[in-house]
Amino acid sequence: MLGFPRAQGVALLILVAAIIFSPGVLYPVFLMKVLCFALFACAFNLLIGYVGLLSFGHAAFFGMGAYVTAWTAKNWGLWPEAAIVLGGLTGAGLGVVTGWIAIRRQGIYFAMITLALSQMVYFFTLQAPFTGGEDGIQQVPRGYLFGFLSLQSDMMMYWVTALIFIAGFLLIYRIVHSPFGQVLKAIRENEPRAISLGYRVDDYKLIAFVLSTFIAGIAGGTKSIVFGIATLTDVHWSMSGEVVLMTLLGGLGTIFGPVVGALIVTAMENYLAQFGAWVTVTQGVIFVACVLAFRRGVVGEIGAKLKLAL
Amino acid sequence: MFMIFGIPGPLLFGQLLLGLINGAFYAMLSLGLAVIFGLLNIINFAHGSLFMVGAFVAWMLLEYFGIGYWPSLILAPLIVGAFGLVLEKTIISRLYKLDHLYGLLLTFGLALIIEGLFRNYYGSSGMPYRIPSALQGAVNLGFMFMPIYRGWVVLAAAVMCLATWVVIEKTRIGATLRAATENAALVQAFGVNVPRLVTLTYAGGVALAAFAGVLAAPIYSVNPNMGSNFIIVVFAVVVIGGMGSILGSILTGFGLGILEGLCKVFYPQGSATVIFVVMVIVLLARPTGLFGKAA
Repeated sequence: MLGFPRAQGVALLILVAAIIFSPGVLYPVFLMKVLCFALFACAFNLLIGYVGLLSFGHAAFFGMGAYVTAWTAKNWGLWPEAAIVLGGLTGAGLGVVTGWIAIRRQGIYFAMITLALSQMVYFFTLQAPFTGGEDGIQQVPRGYLFGFLSLQSDMMMYWVTALIFIAGFLLIYRIVHSPFGQVLKAIRENEPRAISLGYRVDDYKLIAFVLSTFIAGIAGGTKSIVFGIATLTDVHWSMSGEVVLMTLLGGLGTIFGPVVGALIVTAMENYLAQFGAWVTVTQGVIFVACVLAFRRGVVGEIGAKLKLAL
Repeated sequence: MFMIFGIPGPLLFGQLLLGLINGAFYAMLSLGLAVIFGLLNIINFAHGSLFMVGAFVAWMLLEYFGIGYWPSLILAPLIVGAFGLVLEKTIISRLYKLDHLYGLLLTFGLALIIEGLFRNYYGSSGMPYRIPSALQGAVNLGFMFMPIYRGWVVLAAAVMCLATWVVIEKTRIGATLRAATENAALVQAFGVNVPRLVTLTYAGGVALAAFAGVLAAPIYSVNPNMGSNFIIVVFAVVVIGGMGSILGSILTGFGLGILEGLCKVFYPQGSATVIFVVMVIVLLARPTGLFGKAA
């Protein structure tokens, strides 16, 4: 089916059907939040799941994408799609610099360096004049898609968000299953061997990193347009932790895992929001439980039961 | 008032002292991280939280049991160390056969749990902790007034760092520890109980963090977020210093604290990020860190 293995084709159909029919049951604004975070988590998964790079600073790309989209849509009156693309390009640009610095070290150091660099971005957004400091950028207009299609209604916005998500999802699917993606997996499995086979591993890592940060920026930008706001929360390290949690819970290195993880984590935050700090505690418990008891995550476990790669 | 580089002397020295104090905390925390990483191959993300717990234990001892600063300085590290012992035995020890990244994720989860619990019960506004009476006041050093407590923190931290260095580099147990870091299997073959050594190392590392926490309690308000604010900077310090050398961690910690203090005087906007900038420069020039060994 369209070049997909059958199990993944079926799963994709289920996903698309869920996206089409769920607004009938669930609140579209909640669903849009899920889709934005799902795209963010898929972008993150491209690195951890397929190259084995744990970036602990992905909030920087998501957040800067969100800020640039919000700022250009509000102050330049840019069309939303153009603002979102600019957000993605911001993520990519920042990704080039961050990746170039961070891929000098491997494993645990890579995680610490990306975390430290994202903290630097956080302090930058805290002090820079255009970000509005503690207030963030508020009241970003949703505007008109391509200049004429009003996104004011939640349903219209929902379809656009859904399209962006599916496009991003398919792009990642394509990357993972391309010859380029095969090289990435080879690097994940055995880096010295990939080097000895003549692959310029650092180049591959950097390209994967930039692709991931581009999509993270798109996700952040879409979030800004949907909610009309970009704040310090988007660039804070706890956001980086959240995307790690979504991906880990859904299943590292599975195509559909991050989507499921994003759904669960976002739903949990929604319903537990009234309990304040218990959300953080619950997230911590899920982290510990995932690492100790089921490292394959929800989708990974299901896949292992059904003997399918999802 | 005298001036240095166009800056009033007392201001410069005041910020230098503040920098030195931050440096003392960086040094103690990165030292613990380095020792734990050396033996357990785990980056202990919960290190900052346990630093915070150390400060909270001191606060609770005073609040609920009327136990003052001086006993807390010993009790809090013991309590937190015992907690670390349990953590290592029950949870962390299950990870040694896995990829190091899982250790980071697990301890990150632990950090979220610990901080979440404290935020839940104590809010995030922070509790004041009084400076012990013996260390109140300030002395005139001629070029500046130095609050006695701040001088004490720098002194105590320096002594603690040196003591750790002596234990690891000059004693028999330290030699065993270094040997186990190099090759745990071989050390175990010589009849050393390596799992117990690992547990004690973890407990020792977090006890050091808790000691730093007690020292920090009267300076910063005791609040659940004090650890995570520190830990990310400490990660950068660890990347800059490299985790190969104990003395290297200490020097890097103090040095970067001073640099941060100087930055507050000459370019305040950059003081929050100067350590990260140094990290980038070091990574570009010498990716293994200043004192690190090539991987």
